[in-house]
Amino acid sequence: MNAGKILLVEDNPDDVALTMRALKSHNITNDVIVAQDGVEAIDYLFGTKGRPAPTDLPAVVLLDLKLPKINGMEVLQRIRADERTRLLPVVILTSSDEERDIIDGYSLGANSYVRKPVDFVEFTKAAQQLGLYWLLMNRTPPPPRGP
Amino acid sequence: MRDWRIKRKLTAILLLISGLVLSLTSAAFVTYEVVTNRETIKIHLATRSRILAANSTAALAFANETDAKEMLAALRFDPHMVAAALYDRDGRVLATYPVAASADLVPAAPQPDGYRFEGGRLVGFTPVAQGANQRLGTLYIASDTKAVSDALRLSGIVAIVVLAIALLAAYALATALQGRISAPILALAETATAASTRQDYSLRAPKFGEDELGTLTDAFNQMLGRIEEQKKELQQHATRLEQRVAERTRELEKRAAELLAANNELDAFAYSVSHDLRAPLRSIDGFSQVLLEDYATQLGDGGRDSLHRVRAASQRMATLIDDLLKLARVTRAEMRTERVDLSAIARDIVVDIQRAAPDHTVEFAVSPGLEAQGDSRLLRVVLDNLLRNGWKYSSKRPHARVEFHALDENGERVFVVKDNGAGFDMRYADKLFGVFQRLHSAAEFEGTGVGLATVRRIISRHGGRIWAEGVVDQGATFYFTL
Repeated sequence: MNAGKILLVEDNPDDVALTMRALKSHNITNDVIVAQDGVEAIDYLFGTKGRPAPTDLPAVVLLDLKLPKINGMEVLQRIRADERTRLLPVVILTSSDEERDIIDGYSLGANSYVRKPVDFVEFTKAAQQLGLYWLLMNRTPPPPRGP
Repeated sequence: MRDWRIKRKLTAILLLISGLVLSLTSAAFVTYEVVTNRETIKIHLATRSRILAANSTAALAFANETDAKEMLAALRFDPHMVAAALYDRDGRVLATYPVAASADLVPAAPQPDGYRFEGGRLVGFTPVAQGANQRLGTLYIASDTKAVSDALRLSGIVAIVVLAIALLAAYALATALQGRISAPILALAETATAASTRQDYSLRAPKFGEDELGTLTDAFNQMLGRIEEQKKELQQHATRLEQRVAERTRELEKRAAELLAANNELDAFAYSVSHDLRAPLRSIDGFSQVLLEDYATQLGDGGRDSLHRVRAASQRMATLIDDLLKLARVTRAEMRTERVDLSAIARDIVVDIQRAAPDHTVEFAVSPGLEAQGDSRLLRVVLDNLLRNGWKYSSKRPHARVEFHALDENGERVFVVKDNGAGFDMRYADKLFGVFQRLHSAAEFEGTGVGLATVRRIISRHGGRIWAEGVVDQGATFYFTL
């Protein structure tokens, strides 16, 4: 059982910095791995030619929807399509509160949908709650047996 | 006869007329024959009577019965003579023919002179006189009327034969000649039937002559021609109409495609706004907060105040963006019309409002059983905006009250949301429903000026109207129909 890492898929460096700060300020010390676009996220989870996939999956993926190259919905689809990551907890963390995005996200198997508040105080609260919930309270499924 | 074919009718009429004429003619002929014959035998009898009377004077004058008998016996050479008698001056019978004539053949006494038909016989009494005025007696002669009945029989037979031959000839002629009249009519009828059953107006009836039937045929053919032309015109009209409909349909389809494209663009725009416009605001607010947290002492009071204002402004902008997105969503959202319980929705909203601000004491009065036909989600947005407005603008009152009820005006259901709050100046009533239009400063009452614009858009999408009445410091009333 992994101590718990967070895979933050976010292309906006400001949002990355603010998210990191929010998590840190609430003593959530877990490693945060940042993927700046969909391709990076996929490469991290499934490995590339140069680098193999990690032995431990993150405890949770915080997934932005609007990403360069491969967007968040497609990343989610790929995660759910693969046997190794089928049960990986994915939280959509986005600016959008379009109904369509919420429905699509849940349809593709997202575990949660959180809208980023503009108010940083609110944002910090949200990040803290997410960290606490997914890293400490939530029980992740056991890793699938390798081939 | 009314439903007979015209050929039969014509033949029947011709036969009837010729039959009638021939019958009358034959009757006249027979009557003439009979009358003529009767006169002839009367004259014959009279002549014979006078001759016999002249020869009988001697026998009567001398009352010579033998002579008288002999003379009368000469009558046997005429087979028509039935009986005869000689009477003397006193009316006594001197002699008879035949010799022993019965009483019914010879009258007992002479009757007035003259000749007449009596009981199927012709009888005559002739005076027998010597000289001019010395009457000696009377001669009686009766003959049968066989000559008359023979004439009657003969002329009857002739009349019947002639009648039969003439009727046969008339029938033959009628059959041959009625074609002159019936043929054009039959041709006309045939053409009319064909034209109407096959709807073929290019047919023409054949013409047989220049008489009235010819005129009728011409008129009928002209009529067919006109119908044919009109049909052609109609077809052309229909074709043109179809073309125009097709054109219009294409135009409409194009327009619909354009609208769809515009709608999709708007969708993409709203999506982009929702995702991209808020991100920088989050950075502005977030890093201002970072500064406030990490560099509070270096900033000083003025710096901190500025950063608080920056944060407030970015948050207000976020609200504006959200409200604008809501407005756009209201415009794009698909309508699902159903029966909506407005009272239930209003009660839900009131519970929400009161839960969010329990320290505000505003009295809500929602009439029960208010229903309407519409999209429940959009109508919820309407009531949410109006009730929240009422709550917001009356919140500074000691006895704030917001009502939701309905009234019937000219048979139309009008829903009413009324508060006793800040109200507004009727001079600016037209500005109430414009986007970003506000009648109060943000310091007095917060707001973005999008809510009522959203409300109006929803109401107009439902085909309804909305209007407002207000008096400054006495409250505002919003009316809407659906």
